[in-house]
Amino acid sequence: MTDTTIPVTTRKDWTSDQEVRWCPGCGDYSILAALQMLLPDLGVRRENTVFVSGIGCAARLPYYMSTYGMHSIHGRAPAVATGLAVTRPDLDVWVITGDGDALSIGGNHLIHALRRNVNMTILLFNNQIYGLTKGQYSPTSEQGKVTKSTPFGSLDTPFNPVSLALGAEATFVARTHDMDRKHMQEMFRRAHDHKGTGFVEIYQNCNVFNDGAFERITGRDVRADNLIPLVHGEPIRFGSEQQYGVVMGPDGRLRIAEVAEVGEEALLLHDERRDEPGLAFQLSRLARGPFEPTPIGVFRDVDRPEYGEAMNRQLLEANERRGPGDLATLLGSGGTWTVEG
Amino acid sequence: MSTATHHETTELDRVVIRFAGDSGDGMQLTGSQFTAVSSLFGNDTATLPDFPAEIRAPAGTLAGVSAFQVHISDHDILTPGDAPNVLVAMNPAALRANVAAVPAGGTLIVNVDAFDDRAFEKAGYAANPLTDGSLASFKVYEVPMTSLTMEVAKEAGVKPRDAERSKNFFALGLVSWLYSRPVEPTLQWIEKRFATAAMVLDANTRAFKAGYNFGETAELFESHYQVRPAVQEPGVYTNVTGNTALAWGLIAAAHQAHLPLFLGSYPITPASDILHELSKHKHFGVRTLQAEDEIAGVGAAIGAAFGGSLGVTTTSGPGIDLKSEAVGMAVSLELPLLVIDIQRGGPSTGLPTKTEQSDLLHAMFGRHGEAPVPIVAPMTPSHCFEVAMEAVRIAVKYRTPVFVLSDGYLANGAEPWRLPDPDALPDLHVEFAAEPNHTDADGTPVFWPYLRDEQTLARPWAVPGTPGLEHRIGGLEKADGSGNISYDPVNHENMVHLRARKVAGIAADIPLLEVDDTGGLGSAPVLVLGWGSTYGAIAAGVRRVRARGLAVAHAHLVHLNPFPRNLGDVVRAYDRVLVPEANLGQLVKLVRAEFLVDATGLSKVQGVPFRAAEIEEAVLGMLGPETRTTEAAEDVAS
Repeated sequence: MTDTTIPVTTRKDWTSDQEVRWCPGCGDYSILAALQMLLPDLGVRRENTVFVSGIGCAARLPYYMSTYGMHSIHGRAPAVATGLAVTRPDLDVWVITGDGDALSIGGNHLIHALRRNVNMTILLFNNQIYGLTKGQYSPTSEQGKVTKSTPFGSLDTPFNPVSLALGAEATFVARTHDMDRKHMQEMFRRAHDHKGTGFVEIYQNCNVFNDGAFERITGRDVRADNLIPLVHGEPIRFGSEQQYGVVMGPDGRLRIAEVAEVGEEALLLHDERRDEPGLAFQLSRLARGPFEPTPIGVFRDVDRPEYGEAMNRQLLEANERRGPGDLATLLGSGGTWTVEG
Repeated sequence: MSTATHHETTELDRVVIRFAGDSGDGMQLTGSQFTAVSSLFGNDTATLPDFPAEIRAPAGTLAGVSAFQVHISDHDILTPGDAPNVLVAMNPAALRANVAAVPAGGTLIVNVDAFDDRAFEKAGYAANPLTDGSLASFKVYEVPMTSLTMEVAKEAGVKPRDAERSKNFFALGLVSWLYSRPVEPTLQWIEKRFATAAMVLDANTRAFKAGYNFGETAELFESHYQVRPAVQEPGVYTNVTGNTALAWGLIAAAHQAHLPLFLGSYPITPASDILHELSKHKHFGVRTLQAEDEIAGVGAAIGAAFGGSLGVTTTSGPGIDLKSEAVGMAVSLELPLLVIDIQRGGPSTGLPTKTEQSDLLHAMFGRHGEAPVPIVAPMTPSHCFEVAMEAVRIAVKYRTPVFVLSDGYLANGAEPWRLPDPDALPDLHVEFAAEPNHTDADGTPVFWPYLRDEQTLARPWAVPGTPGLEHRIGGLEKADGSGNISYDPVNHENMVHLRARKVAGIAADIPLLEVDDTGGLGSAPVLVLGWGSTYGAIAAGVRRVRARGLAVAHAHLVHLNPFPRNLGDVVRAYDRVLVPEANLGQLVKLVRAEFLVDATGLSKVQGVPFRAAEIEEAVLGMLGPETRTTEAAEDVAS
């Protein structure tokens, strides 16, 4: 009998011998640490774990993990990971991506991975800037952003990654930030354990090209009044004194209200299992940007058949129906005739 | 069906028939079935489907004409025929679009019901071509196919509007009678094909029989024809198109390599049929992913290859452009990958349904950086099977992407194929890395993903799930051996050379180029050097030159990168080298650059294959003007 016990590991076992080369002070360090510290607790094996990335600062992460990994090409990691995940359902496949990689050059692959619900965990490091190319605006940069490529301000309306994922039929969508290891780990764990594609947006600080982009909501002093934790089955409530909550107005719109004014029973109950994604979508757009109270946590966690499993079931069913493939039968399937000697 | 006949039967050794009609008229189906029944009868066959890119261009217009040419013979043939002896035209547009291809004295069978003023106008005829004398040099048979079909289809109970749609079966019946084809196989095929639509089945059967009986009973045709079975090598045969043979070759190769087959593909003409075919064979463990785009198709194939599958992507020109970056990544990752390009007319969208060989230089050089990729090209539809297996052999043995350059002509063309014995197929088994291959400075066993096999220079293929071999690969330059990221200048140069040497070294592992020169290597004054789908036309053109009593040599490349190691000796053995290609001279550039020989290109970019006569003419031109006066053989099979 083979040994099925998962070996006990520590962070060190998941850390490669390669020097980490992000800028000192980069938010990526805390995400990497959160991940390396979480993996020993996930009940998985190193040899069955694969990190796939595209291009960008975040995309260097696979080199720092002592697992299998592929640093692929810009934007294509979800496509590469799809091929790997559907052919190797025994593996734990993670996609490490950034706002440019996932939402600009690779937008197509991201939305299709989400709608297919391929078994993989996508961690999107959102720093609202292009770091590796030294500071151009990204598809999540706020409109009017002055950068090297937009000296008169950017014109584009930014993407909201959580809204986009919800619109792309994602089955698991969460948001976290690089200042809270415990919350990150909780989101990563839930995304990993989810059957299908787990999508996590991580607000990540780029201290060189976009320093403080999330400070107004994630800073230690302001966090309590500006991050709205979503907890399944609980009223949506936040604030240093839990004095605020989210309510739905008579027009169907969500707004922030003082609990003292509206009463606790008026608060919206968070239901991440809700099949209809409309409310999650509204929540994802409660803040106009990371400068006013912003929900974090799991927006949506629903069950839908996983793509690779469905694909592999078709193979099994074909095998049961027709028996294992036989080359002679295949070659003769178009009708044959015999020329006698 | 009546068996009495008062018609003469004339023996022919071969005939070329072209069926032409509106795209909605079922000409491809009619032609395919005529081919199938002829193959079954024992003729050698070769086909050339020719259809517009538009699914249903306006009916009755030249743009909407769809044609299918088939060459049937009592001996071995190499091409679908230079010119049709018989043209079946379902309407004036079909006649106008195709009549120029029919030599004087040829036979035209027209559906006279479709010849009215409105149809003339749509087809661009100023007057009725049947009466204005313009067809005087042809034998014209006017057959009221639509009305006769509607008559019998009505009996099947179909609505008049639908009844008309069976007229291609009337045409099939008539031509089947004219060439003495057995009727049973076609009747059985109709029964199978339309099993779920009883009324349509009945209408088509009646139309087919009516067409057959029309030939038999109408006093129109003075004789009918017999093309006897060809003498073929004993064995079991099937009729196969290039795309089907390619799909089957991939399945067979995966089977022989003990690897699960994974196809990542985005639909594109003329490659989609490979995706369709492979998606049917899940019981072989074949996984197909219709990806969101061309890049995802190849990306997923690379991901699958990393996981230990045989990763394949299929496409045509525009898709090849899009996949280029990912193919370059596969060069850097050194993972097995098949990139199958069913070439079509370009640039850009070009001619989606027409054939061309113009992606050779793209396959060779179409990536940034020094990114060599082996290239193989099939010669005939059935050869696609063998070439698919050869491409897989190279890919898995050398851990490299491999290009397969087929084209629209091979993809849709069909020919009889003597089935190989599955037990005799080559073993393509490949070993995954199972244990560390290096020792650290402190004596710890470690795995180095870029420590190469000394002979093949291939790196180990270590798949996730193997304990102790965890490693990271990527598009960044890697240190030789350890595979860690390296920006070291000398290491980069070394890696560029290693990747080039690995691909170049495959030359030692492929067959020498064979030369067909009756008097031995170098004895003919001219060598015709071809690659890919020009094989049939070149071989037939060479036959025609030889039938004049002149000497000419022919060699055909299957491996285009690297070249067979004797190619230099072969081209240098001849005073003149002619390189016919369906492009502006891509192989000829490579040959001239590589071997410094004065090879001459012959190019044709009309979306149709070379004709044997064009090759013959070009060879005669090279042999000298006096050779043109040698006596052409009466009827050399092409």
